[in-house]
Amino acid sequence: MTTTRLLTVAPAARRRRTGTVERPRRSVLLTVLTGIVLVYSLIPLIWLFINASKTQSDLFSTFGLWFGGEFALFDNIGRALTYDDGIFLRWFGNTLLYVVVGAGGATLLAVLGGYALAKYRFPGKRAVFAVVIGAVAVPGTALAVPTFLMFSSMGLTNTPWSVIIPSLISPFGLYLMWTFASEAVPTELMEAARIDGASEFRIFWQVALRLLAPGMVTVLLFTMVATWNNYFLPLIMLRDPDWYPLIIGLNQWNAQAATAGGTAIFDLVLTGSLLTIVPLIIAFLFLQRYWQSGLSAGSVKE
Amino acid sequence: MTRITPRTRRVLIGTAVTGVASLALAGCSGGATDTDDALEEGGTITVWAWEPTLDQVVEDFEADNPGVTVDLVNVGTGIDSYTALSNAISAGTGLPDVAQVEYYALPQYALQGALQDLTEYGADEYEGTYAPGPWLSVTSGDQIIGLPMDSGPMALFYNKDVFDQYGIEVPTTWDEYLQAARDLHAANPDIYITNDSGDAGMAASIMWQAGGTPWTVDETTVSFDLEGDQGAQRYAEVWQTMLDEDLVSPISGWSDEWFAGLADGTIATLPIGAWMPANLEGSAPDGAGAWRVAPMPQWEEGEVTSSENGGSSLAIPADAENKELAYEFIEYANAGDGVQTRLDGGAFPATVADLESEEFLNEEFEYFGGQQANKVFSESSAAVVEGWQYLPFQVYANTVFGDSVGQAFLGQTTIAEGLAEWQSTLESYGTEQGFTIE
Amino acid sequence: MTTTSPPIAITRPTRPGSRGSHTRHAGGRWTGWGFLAPFAIVFALVFIAPIVYALWLSLFRNQLVGGNAFVGLDNYIAAFSDGAFWAGVIRVTLFLLIQVPIMLFLSLLAALAIDSGRLYGAGFFRLSIFLPYAVPAVVAALMWGFMYGTRFGLVGNINDLFGIQLPDLLSPDLVLASIGNIVTWEFLGYNMLIFYSALRVIPTSLYEAAAIDGASQFRIIRAIKLPAIRGSLVVATIFSIIGSFQLFNEPSIMQSLAPNAITTSFTPNLYAYNLAFAGQQLNYSATVAIIMGVITMIIAYVVQLRGMRKAD
Repeated sequence: MTTTRLLTVAPAARRRRTGTVERPRRSVLLTVLTGIVLVYSLIPLIWLFINASKTQSDLFSTFGLWFGGEFALFDNIGRALTYDDGIFLRWFGNTLLYVVVGAGGATLLAVLGGYALAKYRFPGKRAVFAVVIGAVAVPGTALAVPTFLMFSSMGLTNTPWSVIIPSLISPFGLYLMWTFASEAVPTELMEAARIDGASEFRIFWQVALRLLAPGMVTVLLFTMVATWNNYFLPLIMLRDPDWYPLIIGLNQWNAQAATAGGTAIFDLVLTGSLLTIVPLIIAFLFLQRYWQSGLSAGSVKE
Repeated sequence: MTRITPRTRRVLIGTAVTGVASLALAGCSGGATDTDDALEEGGTITVWAWEPTLDQVVEDFEADNPGVTVDLVNVGTGIDSYTALSNAISAGTGLPDVAQVEYYALPQYALQGALQDLTEYGADEYEGTYAPGPWLSVTSGDQIIGLPMDSGPMALFYNKDVFDQYGIEVPTTWDEYLQAARDLHAANPDIYITNDSGDAGMAASIMWQAGGTPWTVDETTVSFDLEGDQGAQRYAEVWQTMLDEDLVSPISGWSDEWFAGLADGTIATLPIGAWMPANLEGSAPDGAGAWRVAPMPQWEEGEVTSSENGGSSLAIPADAENKELAYEFIEYANAGDGVQTRLDGGAFPATVADLESEEFLNEEFEYFGGQQANKVFSESSAAVVEGWQYLPFQVYANTVFGDSVGQAFLGQTTIAEGLAEWQSTLESYGTEQGFTIE
Repeated sequence: MTTTSPPIAITRPTRPGSRGSHTRHAGGRWTGWGFLAPFAIVFALVFIAPIVYALWLSLFRNQLVGGNAFVGLDNYIAAFSDGAFWAGVIRVTLFLLIQVPIMLFLSLLAALAIDSGRLYGAGFFRLSIFLPYAVPAVVAALMWGFMYGTRFGLVGNINDLFGIQLPDLLSPDLVLASIGNIVTWEFLGYNMLIFYSALRVIPTSLYEAAAIDGASQFRIIRAIKLPAIRGSLVVATIFSIIGSFQLFNEPSIMQSLAPNAITTSFTPNLYAYNLAFAGQQLNYSATVAIIMGVITMIIAYVVQLRGMRKAD
């Protein structure tokens, strides 16, 4: 009885809080004030868009926040995609690989782990989160060289695995799933399933996972951003530009000017940066709906 | 007594000649390993380099030697690539077969024994082939640890249009240079004679030209004398004057602002290595026709001195997999047909033959209004002051230059004090690393 | 049942098993570990093993001349008297004390504003303010660095336009603030979203009750909203503190733009990086990083404990 009722209120796409209790007057003042923060957030992005549309010489000679003489955005995009035998596309492919496997894997691990921490008692549980937070507190630089040496001896450096494996750990994701799972998966449901004779794994797979989906989307989004923008460790692990993700590739283009005989390609760096950001923005827009429902799941119990 | 028949005699003579000939041949290669077989066997080598002209060289080499594949990888420029190389050396795996190593970084690797001694493959035969500066840089004791790829004899690049506009004469001494700086900046405060935000390589090259020996290196014993050294003092004097009188632009080299300044004339001169033209043509195209090349300003009237600024070699890591094939490649690239290919691509040679060839000297540079700039570069190459040494930890030294001397460029201290601080940092580092510091 | 406290609260995870109903289950004591195993195994490989190795490294010294040798705590002793290191620590502490409160305050304001329902186009605000988080640090530092430029950057343009002389944002005095600006820009939206999500789960019944009592907006904020998000405030603070102490990406990329203002020991993380990769002093680098890690952990735990205690 309880089971059915809770199942029907599964929060997959529910919008419980479309408005607040009263419908307050919209405030122009507040909008304007918050608008300042908005402008602050958006100006650099606008700057990026405008300057990615300029030619190299225009970059230096025209005003930063307005367009230059010619609108060269599509030219620049074409050049960026074909420069150096289209290595940008290769980098894009690499990034997709790292993100899908890395973020996907990280989300899976975080879900499993968060579920465990939320729903089970086991020895050492209290220490687990403390250890995770503690490990995150250690600066990445302490880990970089030892990880590099370790991976070297395992023959993993300069392979996609050297980028993917470290990105499978998302402490924040673990925390999010922990809190989410404790709210979204009612223990009564699990008990009922156990009485019916389901194994723990089946319970997870068939019952809990569905309920955890909105939270998973949030974690997925955060880990996607993290892996998409991963900079430091891949910088050390990867030697072959064929395996670079977009960020490292852009970094190399940017540094390319600083070499005897190299050509400065700042316009391509800017265009490339713009192209790098766009997929993430699209992903955000697309997955936006799931945030709201995911993070308001707690309001189920009224 | 055995009579030696004419036939026997011929045989004996024949044998003797052959024997002597083979001994002679063996003597010629000094017991070196013959690497030609490696070419026939084929195989793959990995080359870590950022030099753009090598792309064509690799193509040609592969075309000439079917069965050989060259994997050219750009693992970063300069110091980034040394990070990769050092990491690979520590890890013991992932080493390339060939690495591009700038001259100033060679001693550091040589000291660790990380580079293959190329005399084993007969590299000593190239002694006369290269200009003295580069050749000195690739020798370490009795060993030859790389083959010079290009060189960077210094020259004064100046913007003739700007000089003409303000009636400035091309300086031939550093005193004249300072005066030109003052005149230019007074006439137009937007224009600086040059830029410097604290370039360690520039400092070293200027000290070199000034006949300095700010440090002496004898294997693992290093002694510093930045305070008393003539070269260091001269550098400090000129640069401090420029800083005090606001004559030098704070723009960093290799930034987009820098290229813009070169193109529009707000940076009027560059004392820099002879490899610069390719960069000017590629990244500051708007300045074409305005620039010219002149010999470096001198410290004493009438002298002819110069130094090297930059330039790299191709070296083979000691633990590389395919060393013989690697050597064939670097021979091709730096002493064989590859040299001309690279020159055509805009590289500046380290080989004497090219530096002195008529064709090379007579080349007219459009960017320099048709000037035969190579003549200036070539003379500079011959005038490089002898006796300069790089530190066995020069890469590190250059990274911490900004912490000490660089602060003078911000006006927080003077160059002389900065140099003293640099010296003490380097002395502590040296001691910590096990060197004997005197 | 503990319905009134929001899901993102730091108190709950540290008191497991006190929730009453799920103390018994058929899975056995180790089922939990079964689910946690994948995370735990990768974690051990990616974090635990390198930390142990780093500790090991910090007890040795590998010299260019002389090779490897065990030196015990010598590296730690050297670190404690290393002026450059402690200057970096003080610098990031200063950074933390100023930048984190400003950023969290602004994020909170934005979250409250969007949650209040009194904005025109709240959804647009939420997305746009969050966008900077999607921008990689490399690109962000590049963009802002270029804008800070006094010759061809925006600052230069403004100078020309208005005939004024804005202070050089890349000078040693201001460069830390300039970096603070970049970090604030990057993470304002991220923290805003954390707070906003926590605000969204406050049960409407509370607002209904407040409306009946005739409470003003400010009282609602103080009495309902702020206490409800205490947990996420603490978490956001902790992660921001850790981030500040580990400041690396932005100064590293800005170094080419402000070469002497950003020294090799500007932040402890940058120092550790340069020690390892420029000077090949891997052992000392590990030492520095471990000391920083310990300092960060201590402060993070202190904040967590204080945050917890207040909640009780």
